[in-house]
Amino acid sequence: MIKIENLRVTFGQGTPLENNALRGLSLSVPKGQFVTVIGSNGAGKSTFLNALSGEVSVDSGKIIIADKDVTSQATHQRAKLVSRVFQDPLAGTCANLTIEENLSLAIKRGKKRGLSLANKKEYVELFQDRLHNLGLGLERRLQDRIGLLSGGQRQAISLLMATLEPSQLLLLDEHTAALDPKTARFVLELTKAIIEQHKLTAIMVTHSMRQALDVGERTLMLHEGKVAFDISNPEREGLDVPDLLNLFEQNKGEALSDDGLLLS
Amino acid sequence: MSQIAFLGAIETGLIFALVAFGVFISFRVLDFPDLTVDGSFPLGAAVSATLIVGGINPWLATLAAILAGGIAGAITAWMNVRLHILNLLASILSMIALYSINLRIMGRPNVALLGENTILTPLDSIDLPYYVTTPLAFALIALVVLIGLVYFLKSETGLAMRATGENPRMARAQGVSTSVMIVMGMAVSNGLVALAGALFAQSQGAADVTMGVGVIVVGLASVIGGEALIPARTILLAIFACLIGAIFYRLAIALALNADFIGLQAQDLNLVTAVLVAMAIVLPRFKPSFKSSRGEKS
Repeated sequence: MIKIENLRVTFGQGTPLENNALRGLSLSVPKGQFVTVIGSNGAGKSTFLNALSGEVSVDSGKIIIADKDVTSQATHQRAKLVSRVFQDPLAGTCANLTIEENLSLAIKRGKKRGLSLANKKEYVELFQDRLHNLGLGLERRLQDRIGLLSGGQRQAISLLMATLEPSQLLLLDEHTAALDPKTARFVLELTKAIIEQHKLTAIMVTHSMRQALDVGERTLMLHEGKVAFDISNPEREGLDVPDLLNLFEQNKGEALSDDGLLLS
Repeated sequence: MSQIAFLGAIETGLIFALVAFGVFISFRVLDFPDLTVDGSFPLGAAVSATLIVGGINPWLATLAAILAGGIAGAITAWMNVRLHILNLLASILSMIALYSINLRIMGRPNVALLGENTILTPLDSIDLPYYVTTPLAFALIALVVLIGLVYFLKSETGLAMRATGENPRMARAQGVSTSVMIVMGMAVSNGLVALAGALFAQSQGAADVTMGVGVIVVGLASVIGGEALIPARTILLAIFACLIGAIFYRLAIALALNADFIGLQAQDLNLVTAVLVAMAIVLPRFKPSFKSSRGEKS
């Protein structure tokens, strides 16, 4: 269960460039729900995810993850509860470390790190098993540097790393946006499968309204740092992109141009 | 070059291998350009020499030197991660401050260790000339540190440290406290450099407040030169390259200064150093173009 209460974030307070990125955003996500988040540029999607992960500290409001108030915790302190896949496929892994080392790093997320060797024999089978599930043949390349892999392969491994250990909340930050369409489809399918398999609570930000409706069971639209609308299954089923635009107009009383959002 | 000069170069190279290990941690692992080194090297020398002259066991004195260096590195890192001073600037501030601190520790610009009991004294009882036993002893120390460092960088904590330097955002997302890693890494780095300073003072028979000038350049020359000689495919190779780089650098310097026909003298040392570092940085870049131009012809 994730509870977010009246979240406010302002960048550059008191300067001419003052930007109210989040203006009192509240949300409650039951355990195991897969939520997709859409919104035009500047709606506060990225700030929202950064606030949840701890990269951005909030001015006011509360973030409660699994009954724990994490509002004032730094990113590394809440890593036990929150895992994340970045938009940039190169951001989630370390290019100069091997696949095995990256996974060994991820298996210790939120746990104490000691002085025993990081790569352990008992991990290898688990790693190979999980890599095999990706269907990319990476299970034979544990000793290869991650930098040798393609963006899509690296994003698949980022996803694997984020879900290697259980977390209370998985954050996906437009994690397919920087990939070519075919790879993006592959990573999205993989995401759906992993979330379903581990019954994860997930929040996925996307630029594509189509994608937002196709995956998950609930869709939020952010606008000017607040929730513009929030629609769950079963009402959400069968909706199309124009319906979302209508919904926005009804809720906000203003029209949103199609191209304010990237449609795909 | 005489045999004594050759072995002397090896000996100094082995001491500076420790500096190279330290510089490898700050510059390569943590991506933290650290000039504290110029202060922590004489700090190690000053602390160990002062304590030895004061009658403290030389091993304890050397340990104290390592601790002092570690604290210096931690303070530099702390200025960076807590006070948000630019990393390079923080290290320059430490370096400057250490100059005064080193003068305070010694109470004068230099401390002689002639006739004192150092960690090298037991070597006198071995029936071999000093210019053979000392390099052997330093080789042993460098090897022990090398093995320890390789193990550490392959440990869970070491892996987190490597991730911190390469991709701090990812490291934090994986639950690594990047601040703690930077402070810890800088402490280890400068502890190693202070150890080198302590050993250098004990083998040269004196600690001097100016002995740190240019140490960072020598350390960097060793790291970069080592990388040019040995491709750093694994952590073991990367650290080993630092060792080889440090020895190779000292030999190159000794060769340049001993080659009478070039006409270089001892005062040209820093100039030769700068030229060698520039060459070590630039030469590897010519390799690919050299290969491709050859490839076009065939």
